[in-house]
Amino acid sequence: MTVGIVVFPGSNCDRDMAWAVQGCLGLPTRFLWHGDTELNGVSAVVLPGGFSYGDYLRCGALARFAPLLREVEAFARGGGPVLGVCNGFQVLTEMGLLPGALTRNRDLHFLCEPCDLDVEPGPCRLLAGYGSREQVQFPIAHGEGCWQCDDGTFAALEQTGQLVLRYRSNPNGSRGAVAGVCNATGNVLGLMPHPERACDPLLGGADGRRLLQALVG
Amino acid sequence: MLDPAGEATRAAAGRLGLAGLSRLRIGKAIDLELEADDRESAERTLADLCDRLLANPVTETWTCELEEAP
Repeated sequence: MTVGIVVFPGSNCDRDMAWAVQGCLGLPTRFLWHGDTELNGVSAVVLPGGFSYGDYLRCGALARFAPLLREVEAFARGGGPVLGVCNGFQVLTEMGLLPGALTRNRDLHFLCEPCDLDVEPGPCRLLAGYGSREQVQFPIAHGEGCWQCDDGTFAALEQTGQLVLRYRSNPNGSRGAVAGVCNATGNVLGLMPHPERACDPLLGGADGRRLLQALVG
Repeated sequence: MLDPAGEATRAAAGRLGLAGLSRLRIGKAIDLELEADDRESAERTLADLCDRLLANPVTETWTCELEEAP
């Protein structure tokens, strides 16, 4: 049971993620270079935060074409657990594995602060360890986290329960205060807040541990 | 679709004292050169490029202008 963490040029939360998954939770991790073509038998894949390919064109737009992501897409479509945090969430929407798109924050500021979230796990396997309407706190750190989609998509996602994480105080102007979305089959989750920065009480809280633990079932 | 940068720029134009500006949206322009056998195949390639890479259809629309090189 090994958690694979994809490293792009410009990733900067890959080591934080390994520190949380391996250091705090004791789960084996492996870094996966974006240019590789094999997942090397990992049982879960994490797309970490950062600025893959310098955020050129649009956040996540170029990362989508990395050779390894063809494998990640097949892994996700086959039901494998995939987590995208911050830039990783942006990449998952650009890949079409998650609905909507992430755009500039409403007030144009880069936001870096702890954030209270409501969890509604719905079909999301990675959030199965949380109760319905449980409140958790994860930090956010992003400039382009305003999640948007069209009316029809939003209504459909509400219906299926895929809008699994919502901000209590919608700091970036996301539609419906959405902070995280999962796919219909519940194995792919993307969120702007950083669960890996909430895994040690020394850093202010450990609400993220159950999410990362769920990567290995 | 929310365009906060466009909205902030529109507000700044108002502070310049220039009245009448009711809408301002910011996008991007991409300049490229393309080799193709004819105009029709150039248009097809451009459309494909815009749909699958240059624009995100969730938040963006696109138009293109094609000029033949001398």
